[in-house]
Amino acid sequence: MKKQYDIAIIGAGVVGALIARRLSFYDVSICLLERHIDAAMGASGANSGIVHAGYDAEPGSLKARFNILGTGMMPGLCRQMGVPYKNTGSLVVAFDEDDEARIDDLYKNGIAENIEGLEIISGEKAREMEPALNPGITKALFASTAGVVSPYKLNIAAVENAVANGVDFIRETNVEGINGARGGFIIQTSRGNINAGTIINCAGIYADDIAAMAGDGFFHLTPRKGEYLLMDRSEGGLVERVIFQPPSDKGKGVLVMTTVDGNLLIGPDANVADSKEDIETHADSLDYVYRTALRSCGGLKLGKVITSFAGLRATPDTGDFIIGESIKVPGFFNAAGIESPGLSSAPAIAEHMAGLISESLGGLVEKKEYSKGKGNHDFFRDMTLEEKEKAIRENPDYGQVVCRCENVTKAEIIESIKGPAGARTVDGVKRRTRAGMGRCQGGFCLPAVIDILAGELGISKEDVMKGDPGSYIFAGRTRE
Amino acid sequence: MKKEMICIRCPKGCRMNVEYENEKIIRVTGNGCKKGEAYAFDEIVKPMRIVTSTVRVVGGRLPVVPVKTSIPVRRSIIFPVMQEIYKASVKAPIKEGQVLIKNPADCGADVVATLGMEKTGTKDD
Amino acid sequence: MIENRSLVIIGSGPAGLAAAVRARKSGIDDVLLLEREDQLGGILKQCIHTGFGVKIFKEELTGPEFASRYIRKVKELGIDYRLDTMVISMDEGKNITAVNPRDGLVVYKAECVILAMGCRERARGALRIPGTNPSGIFTAGTAQKFVNIEGMKPGKTALILGSGDIGLIMARRLALEGMKVKAVCEIMPYPGGLERNIIQCLEDFDIPLRLSHTVVRIHGGHRLEGVTIARVDELLKPVPGTEEYVKCDMLLLSVGLIPENELSREAGIIIDPVTGGAIVNQNLETSVEGIFACGNVLHVHDLVDYVAIEAERAAKSAVEKIKGKGKDPKKRIQITAGNGIRYTVPQIIDYYDENEKIKIYFRSSDKLDESRVTVTCKGKNIYTKKYKRLIPAEMEYIKITASDIKGRKVIIEAEKR
Repeated sequence: MKKQYDIAIIGAGVVGALIARRLSFYDVSICLLERHIDAAMGASGANSGIVHAGYDAEPGSLKARFNILGTGMMPGLCRQMGVPYKNTGSLVVAFDEDDEARIDDLYKNGIAENIEGLEIISGEKAREMEPALNPGITKALFASTAGVVSPYKLNIAAVENAVANGVDFIRETNVEGINGARGGFIIQTSRGNINAGTIINCAGIYADDIAAMAGDGFFHLTPRKGEYLLMDRSEGGLVERVIFQPPSDKGKGVLVMTTVDGNLLIGPDANVADSKEDIETHADSLDYVYRTALRSCGGLKLGKVITSFAGLRATPDTGDFIIGESIKVPGFFNAAGIESPGLSSAPAIAEHMAGLISESLGGLVEKKEYSKGKGNHDFFRDMTLEEKEKAIRENPDYGQVVCRCENVTKAEIIESIKGPAGARTVDGVKRRTRAGMGRCQGGFCLPAVIDILAGELGISKEDVMKGDPGSYIFAGRTRE
Repeated sequence: MKKEMICIRCPKGCRMNVEYENEKIIRVTGNGCKKGEAYAFDEIVKPMRIVTSTVRVVGGRLPVVPVKTSIPVRRSIIFPVMQEIYKASVKAPIKEGQVLIKNPADCGADVVATLGMEKTGTKDD
Repeated sequence: MIENRSLVIIGSGPAGLAAAVRARKSGIDDVLLLEREDQLGGILKQCIHTGFGVKIFKEELTGPEFASRYIRKVKELGIDYRLDTMVISMDEGKNITAVNPRDGLVVYKAECVILAMGCRERARGALRIPGTNPSGIFTAGTAQKFVNIEGMKPGKTALILGSGDIGLIMARRLALEGMKVKAVCEIMPYPGGLERNIIQCLEDFDIPLRLSHTVVRIHGGHRLEGVTIARVDELLKPVPGTEEYVKCDMLLLSVGLIPENELSREAGIIIDPVTGGAIVNQNLETSVEGIFACGNVLHVHDLVDYVAIEAERAAKSAVEKIKGKGKDPKKRIQITAGNGIRYTVPQIIDYYDENEKIKIYFRSSDKLDESRVTVTCKGKNIYTKKYKRLIPAEMEYIKITASDIKGRKVIIEAEKR
C-alpha cells in the first residue's frame, strides 16, 4: 500500500465507487478507503434498486437535479459496465381523493422539472398495465423513465472499473482522524496514516462523523431504517413496473417491484434506527411492510418470502444532499446525506464531483488509456444453449453448476474472486454472482463456495468469512 | 423411581409408566404387549446404542471417514468410546467394513468404517 | 449434443438409485442416472447414523452403507451414470438439458423420466425470524455436511430450531463431537421427529426439548451471539413476557423440507400445494405422461426404506410404459384428503382392474390417539381402519380395492374413536 495519494475517497458505497471510477479516467493517484471487507456493504447493498423518474424531490433541490440527470445517465453507464438495468417504468397508485391530490402534486413537480414520460392514468388503465393491482386503486401516476438496477452490482462494477484503471482499493480500513489541510491531509486509519492532497467524503451514514474529524461538522445524519421482504423468483413478474404508494412524511412508502434479478421485493418502512450499525429486522416492521404492500397487490404470498433485510438511509438535517467543497476546510469535499434518490443520483453526483475536483486541482488530464467498464457481462444462467455449450468447451468450470437455485457455475465464482477488487468472502461471492441468493439461501452451495474461496485465496477453511472479520463460519475441525 | 417412556419396539408407540429401583423394574403399565416390558428393561437397566461418528483420515478423498460400532455398546460408555474415536487416525485407502479401532474403551465392539475411501485424487469407482 | 434414452432418472439419492437398479433389472438397458454431485448417493452420504435398511435389507445400516449396497448394484449392472451433472431445464416433451465439465451441454431425449431430485431445507428467510444477520445460522442438513463429510465444526454452542429428524440427529452429532446443544425448540406442541430419535438423540444426551417454543430474535453482529426464544400460543404466536435469551454461536434450523420441483414446474407438471410434490396416480405418474416421481421430490418421507420402495414402484410403472404395456384407465378417481388428513399420495386413482389393491399413503394433520381412518365414496363407507395413535410425523397407509370405488371421488378422513 502506498501512503501518498492525490485524492483519497472515503467510503466504497455506490457514490464513492462511482466517483472513484470517474476520477480514475484522469491522470491522478487515488485511493478508495473502505472500513468493511468489501464494497456495497452499507446502504448501497441494502436498498430497493430503483432508478427513480425524479418527480419526488422538491423542484430546484440537489436531489431533484441529480436524480433527473443520474436517471438519464444510468442506462448508458450500466451498459458500459455490464450491470443489469431495466427501464421498467413506475406507477404511484392512489386509493382515494387525498392520494389523488398527492399524485397530482407529484405530477406538477415533475412537469416543473421537465421530466418526460409522466402521465396521470385511471385506475382501469393502471390495472390494464398491471393486472395484479387491487381494484381499490382509483388513479395512478405513470413515469416511463423509471427503472431498476442491481445496486450492489453497480457499486462493485464501479470499484472494479476504478481498480482496473489504477485506483488503490484499500479495504478493512477505518478512518479514525483527519489532520492537515488542503494539499497535505493526513488521514489516520486503523492501518496507519495515509497522506492525500484532496479528500472526498462518501462515508454514507458516517459522513457526518468524517466531516467533523476534518473540522467541518456542520451537518448531522440520522440513520433511518427501512425493512424489506424478498420473495422467490417464482413470484417475480407479478408486477412489471415499480408500484409505489403515495409518499408520506415517512418517505416514499412501501413499494412492490420485480428486481432486476427477477425476485419480487416489497418494502421499505421507515423508522429511526437505534444506531448507525442497527440493521436488525423486526416482526412488526416486516408485518407492516407486508400488510401495506397488500394494499397495492392482493396477490402477495407470504409463504414465498426467501429473506428479509434492512438498510439505513443517511438522512441529513439540512433537508438536501450535501455535495461540494467544505467552506471551512478547503480541499475536503462532501458527497453526504445521500439518502433516496441516492442510487439514481449517484452517476450524476460522480460526474459533478469529478468536475469540482478537476477544477480544484487546476484541471485534470485524461489518461492515455483507461477503461470505462468491462462491457456486457453474461451470466451463465442468461446464456443461450449455444453460448452455454461454447462457454463450457472453453472453460470446463462453466459445466460445474455450484449454486443450483440461481445456476451459478464454478467458473463464475472463481472469476468473482480473481477479478480486480475480487470477492474475499461468502457474501462477496454472493453479491457478485448471486450464488446463495436463491430460494435455498445457500443451503446447498455454501460448502462449495467456502472450498473455492479457500482454494483461490490460499487460506484454510477456518479463515473463510461470511462478511467482515469475526463472521467466521467454522469454529474449528472435529479432528484437529 | 418412576419414568414415563414410549416403547419404540413397534410403530404402535405405547406410552408406558415404569416404576423401578436400582436397576430393578418393579412395574410397567400402559404397554400393549410383552415387548413393552422388555423394552423398559433394556432402556432402564442396560440401554445399548450403536455409536456413529467419523475418524480422521490421512491422504484420503475426504478428511474424515464415517464409522460405527460393530454392535451396540452400553450407553454409559459412549463418551469413553468417543475419546478413542477422537484420537484415532487412519490412512487411505479404507475399505467399507474395515476395523479401524479394536474394542475401544473395552466396549465389546469394534469401530468399523461405513464407507470405503480411496486415496486423494482417485475416484472411488 | 443430443442423446436418446428410454429412461432418464434425475438424482442418485436413495430414490434414484433404487429406481435405476429396478429398471435395469427389468430389462431397460439404456437407463441413465444423472447426479449433480461428484458421488452417487445423494443425502445418504452425510447421514452417517443408523436406521436405514430395516425394511429392505432386514439390517440396520448407516446412510453410506445403505447407499453403497445400491451403488454396487448400479456398477455390477453396468448402469450408465453421469456425475457432476446438473439438469438445467426439462420440457413437457421430456427433453432434458444437462451440463457437466466433461460432456459440456447435452440434451437427453427420454421416453420416460423418473424425478428423484429430493428436497431442500427451509431456510431462515422463509421463517422471517427477525433480528440481525450474523454468520452462524445454518440449516441442519448443511451443518450435517460440514460435520460428517468435511470434519468441520460450524460453531461451539448451538440452539436447534425444529424437532424434525435431521434436527434431532444433528443434536446428537454435535453433542458427540464436543459441541454443546442448549436446547431443541419446537413450535408445535408435539415433536416433529420419530420417537426413537427423541430418546436416542436428546434424552441420551440430556438435551432439553422445548415444545411450543420458537426463536423470536437473532442477536450478534458478525457472528451469532445468542437468540431469544419464546413460548407460543395455540395460534403459534409468541406470548409476550415468555422471552428467554439463550447464548449460542450457532443456530441450526430443522424447520421443514421442500421438494425440489423447479424442473417439474418447468415441464408443466401439476404440483400438489400441500405436499409440494407432483400430483400422481397409483403408478406414480405425474400429470405429464411418461414422467414419474418418487422419493422426497414427491413428498417428504420419514424412512429411507419407504423411499426406495416407492422408487421401485415408479421404475416398474416406467418400465411398463416403455415396453408398451401401459393401458388406458377406465376412469379417473380423485382422492380428497378430508378432515384429519393432511395429504395423500397418490392423489389420483386410475381405474384399470377391479381387483387391483391400491395403497394410499397419508399423513394425519394432527396428533390423534385412539383414532379411525375411513374412506367414503358417494357418501358410503368403503373402508375403515383403527389406529392406536396417528401423528403427522409418521406416514401411514391403507389399502383399498378398486372394485369398491363406485364413483369418481373418494374422501379419506381421520377422527378420534
